[in-house]
Amino acid sequence: MPYPTTHWAGRLGFGLLVAVLAAYLLAPVILVFPMSLSADTALSWPPSGWSLRWYAALASDRGMVEALRNSLLLGAVVTAVCLLIAVPAAVALVRGRLAPLALLLTLPLLLPSIVLGLGLLIVFVRFGLVGSWPGLVAAHLLVTLPYALRVLETALRALPPGVEEAAASLGARPLAVTLRVTLPLAAPGIAAAAILVFLVSFDEVVITLFVAGPHLTTLPVALYHHVESRTDPLAAAVSALLVLVTLVSVLALERLVGLRRAVGGGGS
Amino acid sequence: MNADEAAEALPRLALASLILPALAVTLLTFLWPLLRLAGYAFHEGAPGGAIGADWTLVTWAKVLGDGWHHRLVLNSLALAATVTALTLAAAYPLALAVHRSPPRWRNTLVIVFVSPLLLSAVVRSYGWLPILGDQGVVPGLLRSAGIEPPPLLFNGTGVVVGLVEILMPYAILSLLAGFGRVAGDLEDAAASLGAPPFTVFRRVILPLSAPGILLGGLLTFVLTVGSFVTPKLLGGGRVPLIATEIHDQAIVTLDWPVAAVLSLVTLLLFGVLLGAYGRVIRRVEEAIG
Repeated sequence: MPYPTTHWAGRLGFGLLVAVLAAYLLAPVILVFPMSLSADTALSWPPSGWSLRWYAALASDRGMVEALRNSLLLGAVVTAVCLLIAVPAAVALVRGRLAPLALLLTLPLLLPSIVLGLGLLIVFVRFGLVGSWPGLVAAHLLVTLPYALRVLETALRALPPGVEEAAASLGARPLAVTLRVTLPLAAPGIAAAAILVFLVSFDEVVITLFVAGPHLTTLPVALYHHVESRTDPLAAAVSALLVLVTLVSVLALERLVGLRRAVGGGGS
Repeated sequence: MNADEAAEALPRLALASLILPALAVTLLTFLWPLLRLAGYAFHEGAPGGAIGADWTLVTWAKVLGDGWHHRLVLNSLALAATVTALTLAAAYPLALAVHRSPPRWRNTLVIVFVSPLLLSAVVRSYGWLPILGDQGVVPGLLRSAGIEPPPLLFNGTGVVVGLVEILMPYAILSLLAGFGRVAGDLEDAAASLGAPPFTVFRRVILPLSAPGILLGGLLTFVLTVGSFVTPKLLGGGRVPLIATEIHDQAIVTLDWPVAAVLSLVTLLLFGVLLGAYGRVIRRVEEAIG
């Protein structure tokens, strides 16, 4: 009991306040599920009836289905490439004293995405990369690399001290130590980085909006354009899908390293 | 762990080759585009996304001399101030509840309150349409209470409501990091010395959590200034901001020099904010030891 002296009425009031604020925070995310089952053509609450018509509409909407396929494929490619780049970089950052480089590598997270998107657009136009797979992969690497590095660095620094030295003193070469001791021990951190990278790529919208083209788009961008022009429950069905993917990934992240460590915010 | 020994284990050349790919990505997709963008700001826009050949300050003069752009900056700052104040106020009780919850509940609460952060801003903005829209939840409740609802969507109200909700997880994370130093026995000590609960909060908890409040405030402010998906979707084009203007100039008008100048203005604003934050946080840290 942290507050033995607090009056019960004060506690009840605080509890109510917390409940209301939690409802405010979660309502929009939760409401897309019943909304996606609406039988109406407009967004009205409560729906006049329930049906799966908007999921059927989603399945037969070729633009959305293709966007979903693109997002899944892009997420997979970006995850693979990003880890191939980030794991060695994280090892270097942990082993060497490279603080200025570490700052440079996380800088993209600190700047507004809209500015990064414009910069990429300006460069991509010259090389015909707008609306292309290499362009999208490069843009998503920019966004995901800082996240991957942060998770991997934390994971590598948290390794039990002395194990690597022990392996080295038993005669293992530095490369062997890294491959056979460090990386296997850091496997949960690497898996967490992979999930986070996939998730960030799968949900990215601002930068993608700048570099996607009419013939190559992702699910969040397709959803953005849809919501911009129409308000029907089809977008709720797409949203429900995105929420589910995110939820599964979050639970996996929590299992592997703890959510707070993965998304940052310091202290644990 | 001996850092010197560990550093020795991998020679400089190996370190360089390990980090090279990451540096190349950052160089090609971050530094270079940013430099190109800065360069565009010192050219004149030509029709169709082209730019003039000469270096010039014409675009700066055009943007800085235009009252419309002043209004955009002021709108963004005013919105960011409003959203920051409301977000901190809404996030504080939740963070406090997490901080005080029994350890076996704490992780679950953190997941519930923080994981929306990983969800696309499009989804989280869209989620407000069936709540605030004319046929939505809140107007329906108001009508059944006999109140004619004011328009809550496609105006400033909708944008504030949406942004506060979207940015709450960031503020909660920052506040939780700040609460780390508020030890429970300190509160108990104050209470056992006879301080009423509100006094404990005002004199002990609030000052000690000031660094978390500052960090959360900075994050919220900066993210609001940079946000454009939520203002677009929930503002319905009636909430012109510097970020939405950058997008429109870049995608619709195709005047990239103007978009570039506005981007640099935004970055400048960020720099000023970061500097101010650095000064204030140092004072606060000194004050609370």
